[in-house]
This record gives sequence, structure tokens and C-alpha cells, in this order.
Amino acid sequence: MIELLNLTKRYGGFTAVDGIDLNVPRGELFGFLGPNGAGKTTTLRMIAGILKPTSGSIRVAGVDMRADPMTAKSRLGFIPDRPFIYEKLTGAEFLRFVAGLYDQEGKEVEHRARELLALFDLEEWRDELVESYSHGMRQKLIISSAFVHRPEVIVVDEPMVGLDPKAARILKDLFREYTRRGHTIIFSTHTLEVAESLCDRLAIIVNGKIRAYGTMEDLRRDLEGGERGLEEIFLRLTGENAARNLVDVLDA
Amino acid sequence: MSSTPSADLVAVLPPRASGGTRAVAELPDPPLLHLLLPKWLTALARAREGEKGRTARYVVLGLVGVLFWAFVFGVLYRLLTYFRGVEEIGALLAGKLLGLMLLGFSSILLLSNVITSLSSFFLAKDLDMLVAAPVDWLRLYGAKLLETVVASSWMVLLISIPLFSAYGLAYDGGFAFPLLVVAMMVPLFIIPAVVGSAVTLILVNVFPAHRTRDILSVIAVLTAGGIVLLFRLIRPERLARPEGFRSLVDFIAVLRTPSSPFLPSEWVAEGTMGFLGGEFDWLLLYLLWTTALAVLVLGALLHRGLYMTGFSKAQESAQRFVQADGALSRFGRRLLSPFGILRRELVMKELRLFFRDTAQWSQLILLAVLVVVYVFNIKYLPLRGEGITFFLVNVVPFLNLVLAGFVLASIAARFIFPGVSLEGRTLWLLRSSPMAVRDLLWAKFWVGTLPLLILALGIVGVTDWLLQVSDFMFLVSVMSITLLTFALSGLAIGFGTMFPQFETENAAQIPTSFGGLLYMMASVSVIGGVVVLEARPVYGYLSAKAYGTAADPTEMVIGFGLAALLCVVATVVPIRMALTRLEAVER
Repeated sequence: MIELLNLTKRYGGFTAVDGIDLNVPRGELFGFLGPNGAGKTTTLRMIAGILKPTSGSIRVAGVDMRADPMTAKSRLGFIPDRPFIYEKLTGAEFLRFVAGLYDQEGKEVEHRARELLALFDLEEWRDELVESYSHGMRQKLIISSAFVHRPEVIVVDEPMVGLDPKAARILKDLFREYTRRGHTIIFSTHTLEVAESLCDRLAIIVNGKIRAYGTMEDLRRDLEGGERGLEEIFLRLTGENAARNLVDVLDA
Repeated sequence: MSSTPSADLVAVLPPRASGGTRAVAELPDPPLLHLLLPKWLTALARAREGEKGRTARYVVLGLVGVLFWAFVFGVLYRLLTYFRGVEEIGALLAGKLLGLMLLGFSSILLLSNVITSLSSFFLAKDLDMLVAAPVDWLRLYGAKLLETVVASSWMVLLISIPLFSAYGLAYDGGFAFPLLVVAMMVPLFIIPAVVGSAVTLILVNVFPAHRTRDILSVIAVLTAGGIVLLFRLIRPERLARPEGFRSLVDFIAVLRTPSSPFLPSEWVAEGTMGFLGGEFDWLLLYLLWTTALAVLVLGALLHRGLYMTGFSKAQESAQRFVQADGALSRFGRRLLSPFGILRRELVMKELRLFFRDTAQWSQLILLAVLVVVYVFNIKYLPLRGEGITFFLVNVVPFLNLVLAGFVLASIAARFIFPGVSLEGRTLWLLRSSPMAVRDLLWAKFWVGTLPLLILALGIVGVTDWLLQVSDFMFLVSVMSITLLTFALSGLAIGFGTMFPQFETENAAQIPTSFGGLLYMMASVSVIGGVVVLEARPVYGYLSAKAYGTAADPTEMVIGFGLAALLCVVATVVPIRMALTRLEAVER
């Protein structure tokens, strides 16, 4: 459903994403892990069609993003990490607007929008301007907007940021159910518990390259991790000197 | 590596922090300048940024600035040297003029400080950090006041330079004159800043900050519009007529009376003219400084008493309920349905965002004032009576096109030019959806162009009717202004996309950017081009009418044809360039 082939993104002399190959099949919930600045957001924004790759290719639902971006984009929904939306639209109007971007309207869309707002406890706020929403409420509205047009693929950057425990739980259930119905979700997260409990497979990306890739069992086996949890595997791949640095900092 | 890093840390960590509070003397107390350091560093970093075309930008801005200065200086210097030659009333007139200009400056400063202080004291992004840090209230007040003064006074300061230079040079002020001007102008900048921020402080304590912003923007626009309208409607040009004065003695008596003896601007005007006349009154300088310091102390005390309550209120969000799917919304959707779902929703979004933002729609009031003043000016043009030829009556509507073009270009700069920039923070949504950039620009173009066209045709139609122009000139004006409107909109979309200000949230600031300046220059060139191309055939036609000669049809076809072609090119090319540019934007 999502195929990345030698995907590379350079900003001048800096390589943010360095030749990533990845294949996420239909119905899979795929997690992207990595330290800050590892290239997760850049990769996801390229998959969403916001950034153009320097080289390599992206196929979404079998459609090449470079050759036919409109068709590829019509198959996906994107949830960014920073909830910037139009302040002067109401929640309901925003969802209607997003559906319109995907050429959808009508009773079915209205019904879906109402259901999504209700799911995230935003029903009472549907006719309030977004400017009066809290950070978490905006995030919930953006999440709703990614589901309102029923895309085949959802690309999510840091889904849990700003969500209360109830909304986080709802989102996890929503992700699971959505993939169970044959849709595909790829997301990045720093919450290792979420990744460990939710993902069918995951990739750990460091300095723009995939360092480990597979199911939890695959990762444990490849890294001879025994019964280690994801945190240990993650730290081993990305932060061998974390403790040393911490001591230096506190002693300084 | 240990499985739990914290186990290693226990041995090396410092002892547990004591639970006692630190003595007052130990409390950190960052100096005022430290609070302003981020602003200073940001300005430095911006100056160092090696962005493309920066030198060209500075050269153009510098050139425009110097030209503006030279113009203000030139006009004033000429006027003042003329005044200097007039016995008795010359110096009085110069003083009166200075007093009026400084009164104008003070009003602008007060208004601008009220608006700026709302951002700097209550809405700025750094406030959370500053208020949470152990920063003394007086330091915070000082830092934010300084920020407010700089942000709201720099423009007045820049205009003051050629103004006082003209006074100094026309009246041989000498080397001490600039020093005196600085000594008098500093308190004149401080007073409105303190008063303005105090007004805002009180307003925020009464209303939530977001509501205050709305109220202030409407008040500001109404005040500005009211001043312009009032000034125009009293028809100051009548004062220039000799029959307006009963006697010279009356006139001098009026000039000698200070118009507002309790206003600091009057003290500066009196002080300046006194110094230039060789009789400087030190009391005026004393008055200025003691008043500035007194209001500063009062302002600080008010800040201590009210700021935290106001700041806390400012955090409350403005909850505003909007009628779900109202009649207007339904009507709009039905009206726009032939354009398809996507374009309809894009247009509806543009309209909603505009009419729900007070800072945006309130500008329409100013626009209305501008149009009234414009029509008023045309109405009172002395185009009847002796010496007024057929030529003059018909040339005026032609020149009217130039003025109407400038008005439309300014409106397009304010409302159409910022359109793409305002999408900066939401580009993720538009770029990740299957929406062609073309559709976005289509919506922005038509939402901007249609009202502009109605306005353009209204202005030209009404003024042509007032001037009672010939049918030919009416046709030329209407056709030209229609094509010009499309060209000005196309240029606004084009330049607005090629020079976007994605980080600026304030739409009113966007046209003041370098791109805005280039847009205005391009617009002026197109307006000028159209007028130059049409001048020849219009002259030919009017000559034929006046002297009974035959008009040359080839000349007409070429002239009007080229003008139309210029407008079409100015509409299409910038939009095409904008399409390519926007498609390449990565955010």
C-alpha cells in the first residue's frame, strides 16, 4: 500500500532522509521511531506529498506520487504534529471544507463528521470557532479531518501529542479498527509503549537511515535483545551514551 | 551499559535539593536589557540571513526611502523659505504648521501604541516564558514598553527627520538644533507609549484580550476614517481663498493662539520655533520631561496594580458561537454550486475567514471613506465656468483612470496580495490533499477581483457621471478600468505568491514587505503603461471632436489594442508564475 524506494531528501549539504526502502502492505499499522531530527517527519511529509523527494520514489495505493500526485493524494489523509488550522472556521465547517478538498459532500459526509466529532467529545464545540479550541481539541479536530473522507492510507506525525488519556485510548482503538478493515496507517511516535503495543511492524530511523525494521520479535532477534523491551532496543540503537551525557550535564 | 541508567547516576548526582526557600537577596533578577536580548538577536540574525536578492531589496528600499525623504524635505523646505519671506505671519504660519503636524504625529503615536501594546504586553509569544520566570514587574514593564515604543514609533521617527531638517535649514537652526530636537522628541515618543499601553491595560481588564483586539481595530479604523473624512469635508482649500478672511488682524490673532496649550506636541512646536527665532523657553523642555517622567511613574504603578489580572484574562480564549449553516451560508453554497464542490468550499472558506476577522473586514470602513473622499474631490473640481475647455473636461476623466488605478492597486495590495501568505500555516492541509494549486489561486483571484471590479466600475461610473463626460470617454474609462482591475488582481496574486510571508499572521503587515513594494511598483508601471498607450488615440479623438478633424482608426486600434494586451499579459503571466512557484513550495 505504501512503497518507498531509495527515498532521499537533501537540504543543501544536509541529508535528512538517506535512501530509505520500505514496504507497508494493506491493513498494516506501521510505526516510525527515531530520535529528534532523525528524518521521521521529513519522510512522512514526503509520503503525504507535501515535500518533494530529492530522489527515489513513493507509491501510495499503487499510485506514483511524482507521476500522479492528485490520485495518490486522493487516497490518503495526513495528520501533522502541529495543529495549525483556520482559526475563523468552526469545527463543523472545517470538516466540511476538508471533505470538499477530496470532492466529497452530502448527507453521508455530514453524518460521518458528526460521528467523528462525537467520538472525540467535540460535538458541543462543532459550531464554535477553532480559535477558541485548546491544543488538544485542535489535534482531535485534525485527526477527525483525516478520517472524514475515508482514505485508504493515513499518514500520522506524532498522533498522541496533546491528547488526553481518553482521546489517546480512542485514537488507538480507532487506528486498530481502521487497519482491521483493510486500511493502512503509518505513524511516527516518541511514545515507545504506544509503538510496542499498537504496531504490526516498526522501523527505527537514525540520521535519515533505517537502522532496524520488522516486528518486535524481529527486532529482538536481530539485536540479540532476548526479552528486552522496545525502550532498550531503541536506546541501544540510538542512545548508547545517553546515561554518560546525563551525568556530565548534571555534574556540570 | 547498565539496564537502568539511573542506577549509575545515584552516585554522581548532587545532594538532594533542600526544601527551604531562597532568601530574597538570592533571587535571580535579570536586567532589563537581558529581556530584550532575544529581540535584538533575532534582528541581528535576520540582518545576517543570506537570502536571495537581499542586496537588491535593500537597494530598492533605500532608494524609495531616500526619494521619500527628499520629497518631504523638498516640499517643506520650499514652503518654509516662502514663509520666512512673509513678514509678520510667516513664522506664525510655520509654527502653526509644525504644531498641526506634531499633533497629527501624536494622534498616530497614541493609536499605534494602543494597538501595539496589546500585542507586546498581552498576546506576544514570549510572555508565557517571561511571566513564568522570576522577572521583576518593573523590568517586565520597562522591557515591554521599550518594545512598544520602538515598534510603534519608528515610522514617525523616520518622517520626523526630513521634517525637522527642513525647519533647521530654512531657519538656520545651527548645530545645536538637532540636539534640541532629540531632547524634545524623546519625551514626545514616551508619553503616547505610556498612555497608550495604560489604555490597553484598562481595556484588557474590562474585556478579554481577543475581544479587545477586535474592538481596538474597529476603533482605530473608525478614528482614522473619521479624521480623513472630517478633514476633507471641511474643504481646507477654501481657506486659501482671500475672501475667506475678514481681516489680517483677525487672522494673526487666530494664528497667535496656541491650538492646544496643554498638549506636549504644542510644547515641542513652540520650543522649536522659539529656538529658531532666538528665544528658546527652557520651561517647555522642563515641561516635556517632567510630564514624560510623571506619566511613566503613573503608568508603572498602574501596570503593577492591573497587569497580572489583565494578563490572566488575556489567556481566556474568546469562545464564539457561530450559527450552524445559516441562511447566508446556504445561499452562498447554492450560488457557488455550479463551480463544483472543491471550488465552492474554497470560496466559502475565503469569505468566512474574511468576514469573521474584525481586523480584516473593518478595513472596509476605511475603504468606504476613501471612496467617499474620492468622489467628493471629483464633485468639487472646478470644471465649469470660464476657461474650462472641452479638452479639460474630457482629459480629467482620463486622468481619473490613473487615480482610480492607484486606489484599486492599494486595495488589491491590502486584500489580495496577502492571500497566499495567509495560507502558510495551513499549507500542509492543502498540499497533502488532491487539490490542484490552480483551484486555490482561482478562488483567491475571483474572491478578490469581483468586489474590486464592482468598486472600480462604481467609482468610474459615478465620477464620469458627475463630470458629464462624452459617451466615448465613458466607454474608454469603463473598458480600461475593467481590464486594469483584472491586471492589478493578477499582479497581486502573482507577487503575493512569489514573495510570500508565510510566517506573518497579521494580514495588514504583509503588503509592507519587499514583495508588496515590488507589487506597487509593477502596478504603477502597468497603470502608467495603459494611460500612455491610450493617450494618443484619446487625444486624436478629442482633437477630432474639438476641431472637426478626422480621427485615425489605425491609431485607435493600435493604442487601445496594445493597452488591452498589456492588461491581459499583466493578468495571465503573474498568475502562471504564481502557479509554478506555489507548486514548488515545500512547507
